[in-house]
Amino acid sequence: MFMKFARLGAIAVAASLAGTTGALAEFKPENPQCIAPSNPGGGWDFICRTTAKYLFDLGVIEDSMQVTNMSGGGGGVAFAHVTKERNEDNNLIVAASMSTSARIAQGIYEGAKQDDVHFLATFGAEYGAIAVQADSKYETLTQMMEDILADPKSVGIAGGSSVGSFDHIKPMLVAREAGMEDVTKLKYVSYSGGGEAMTGLLSGSVEALSGDFSEMLGFLESGDIRIIGILAPERLKNYPDIPTAKEQGYDVVGANWRGLYMPAGATDEAKEFWKNAIMTMAEDPGFQAALEEAAIEPFNNFGDDMQNFVAGSIADVEKLSREIGIIE
Amino acid sequence: MEILSLLADGFAVALTPQNLFLSVLGCFLGTLMGALPGLGPANGVAILIPIAFSLGLGPTPSLILLTSVYYGAMYGGRISSILLNIPGDEPAMMTCLDGYPMAQQGKAGEALSLSGVASFVGAFVATCGLVLLAPQLVKIALLFGPAEYFVLFTVAFATLGGISSTNQAKSAFAAALGLGIAMIGSDSQTGSQRFTFGHIHLYDGIDFLIAIVGLFALSEVFIFLEHHRGGAASAGTAKVGRIMPDFSMIKRCIPSMARGTGLGFFAGVLPGAGASLGSFLAYSLEKQAVDRDGKTFGKGDPRGVAAPEAGNNAASGGALVPMLALGVPGSGTTAVLLAVLLQLNITPGPLLFTKNPDVVWGLIAALFLANFILLAMNIPLVGIFTRVLMVPTRILMPVVAMISFVGIYSITGSTFDVMLMVGFGVAGWLLRKLEVPLVPVILGILLGNQMEVNLRRAMTISDGDWLILVGSPLTIILWIIAITGFVLPMLLGRRVKKRMEAARNEEEFVGD
Repeated sequence: MFMKFARLGAIAVAASLAGTTGALAEFKPENPQCIAPSNPGGGWDFICRTTAKYLFDLGVIEDSMQVTNMSGGGGGVAFAHVTKERNEDNNLIVAASMSTSARIAQGIYEGAKQDDVHFLATFGAEYGAIAVQADSKYETLTQMMEDILADPKSVGIAGGSSVGSFDHIKPMLVAREAGMEDVTKLKYVSYSGGGEAMTGLLSGSVEALSGDFSEMLGFLESGDIRIIGILAPERLKNYPDIPTAKEQGYDVVGANWRGLYMPAGATDEAKEFWKNAIMTMAEDPGFQAALEEAAIEPFNNFGDDMQNFVAGSIADVEKLSREIGIIE
Repeated sequence: MEILSLLADGFAVALTPQNLFLSVLGCFLGTLMGALPGLGPANGVAILIPIAFSLGLGPTPSLILLTSVYYGAMYGGRISSILLNIPGDEPAMMTCLDGYPMAQQGKAGEALSLSGVASFVGAFVATCGLVLLAPQLVKIALLFGPAEYFVLFTVAFATLGGISSTNQAKSAFAAALGLGIAMIGSDSQTGSQRFTFGHIHLYDGIDFLIAIVGLFALSEVFIFLEHHRGGAASAGTAKVGRIMPDFSMIKRCIPSMARGTGLGFFAGVLPGAGASLGSFLAYSLEKQAVDRDGKTFGKGDPRGVAAPEAGNNAASGGALVPMLALGVPGSGTTAVLLAVLLQLNITPGPLLFTKNPDVVWGLIAALFLANFILLAMNIPLVGIFTRVLMVPTRILMPVVAMISFVGIYSITGSTFDVMLMVGFGVAGWLLRKLEVPLVPVILGILLGNQMEVNLRRAMTISDGDWLILVGSPLTIILWIIAITGFVLPMLLGRRVKKRMEAARNEEEFVGD
């Protein structure tokens, strides 16, 4: 199912290149703000920091963009803040990712629907990965899955997000492929943020870590961890030594898109402005280089494509969560 | 030595006129922000980020400005604690306990200078520790798993009992109250709402600053109103007293500072603990060490000012260790600093020291510099700060109320929080009437979530086996400290009580 994202993405890139990029002159942001619904250091935070920097450097916005961290409830606090208090704010954008749509799908943001906010765009996606400590006894994903099948309690898997989040779903999907009947038995330990989950792994509290590839990069290069499976369709160009889960017999692709939403009640001019702003940013070579450095693949959806993409993503996760038994 | 040459390079960067100016400016603004309740170091740094960027400062000057603000705010937090009994930020809370009584006894000047010196010692030693030990310290941080963190928090609660009351039951009640308040908000493990009643303002839980300002500052105003009964201005307008403490007082406080620094630095290094826990532990263990009978602590003992101040400033240095070396912030402020680094395209983590040595050593040099500037700036300013106490209470109290309201409103800009603060003020007044200590309430609010989350993680890891809580040598050592800290005051308390009573009759003790 995640392959579908990639196909949708390819269409979206084509559409965006063909489309017009002319900005509407009527709207000019004042004191723009980007809310990262997590603590500093995570994926959402990266989105806001990068967006704020490039929009300002490229001259798309005149005032520098303030980045606010509003953690809690797996992004639910920020979502509720936007829908209930800032619904008509034209100067606000919020970092979003696969986790956002996954939680809407699972009803974790109490009563939230896709239409409660306006999804602006995606500009990148990255693959999930499963890591162990560098001196772990697990050399391959297969070895770890064998232990999990024998005794699910023997392997604790840390993730930087709450129970039922995408970090949790990814190892569940692998376990399902491995033939585990009740994947909810998987031992998932929830940490607040990717950084904390990494310390959980390094301190030996848990045996494995499920997260996004970019969060693991620094620790991979320093030799602290080993990535035993990346949830990508094929090996990454820059990291050919890391095996995919697929080649080890688990046909799972976990792609985490990165993007932004804004309040649903904002004016059409503002929505158009921010869409074009992100489009300008996504086309900038400097920005593309920054994405590559963070091991994030370009993945673009704008406007109507974005609405369809998010709707599709929500439907997929809902179906999956039902199958796995996270929601009823 | 390699470290020294790297540090010299760092100083070469930090000592250019522009950077020196930024450092002085940062220290001044930081002290100011630290002194205002509501504007803690985290907010102070956050507010200045856009300014630093819109000025077009490069990575190193921006970092120098912002870290100076950070250290400045850690220094400044004590000023309002001592003078007004309003902690400027949460780690400065413990300084109230003995600092404010000292001010009431006319020793405000001494308390301020002493705490300035203690802050300097704590921060200076911690910065040295950061230089020499950062890579090794990371290993200590990694010894702490969820179970160890849980027991560490238990130590904080257990040793706290004796702090502000000799009645362990009341302390336990207060801590439970705080823990209960901490439950409010979104559960970080599953995202479900607890005790929020669908009220959006409660989703994020209750900000501890609201609780602190309400319980401490506003209840002080209520108490004043109650006692005042429309009479003349209270006669107790405090004397400022001498500005520099005499040498014997400083000498007596040296061991306290040393212990406070050690504990604070240790707490700072642990990403799950932070500066507040550092100053809590420094204070409560200091009390256990030198004042078991509870005779002088809480009544204006200079050691009760020196230990937590050294502790919280040492923790602020220690907190930079996991932030730089692991990319995991140990406190709210380091979280904001981490964000700054990311914005400057510098990714903290295991490779930072090798990849960006210029940034790391420039930062460390800036910290040393900020420390000296702050000491030089703070001692002469003591005389000005203490003038606050010359203001008659009938004028000072409305000002306290105003600062509280403005400070809290500035955090979220929501009137709900202001009402909540008034609620906490009334609650604080009630609790004081019942002689329930307020510190455990705050501690519960501040540490409750971390404690709960770590317990749940430990339980998940062990599949519900409670034995994990005594499953490592470290947890057992921590349990021993916790149990000793909890039981000892009770046993000693009974024995000592008689002596205390006798002493009490002899000397009218100062303060209330």
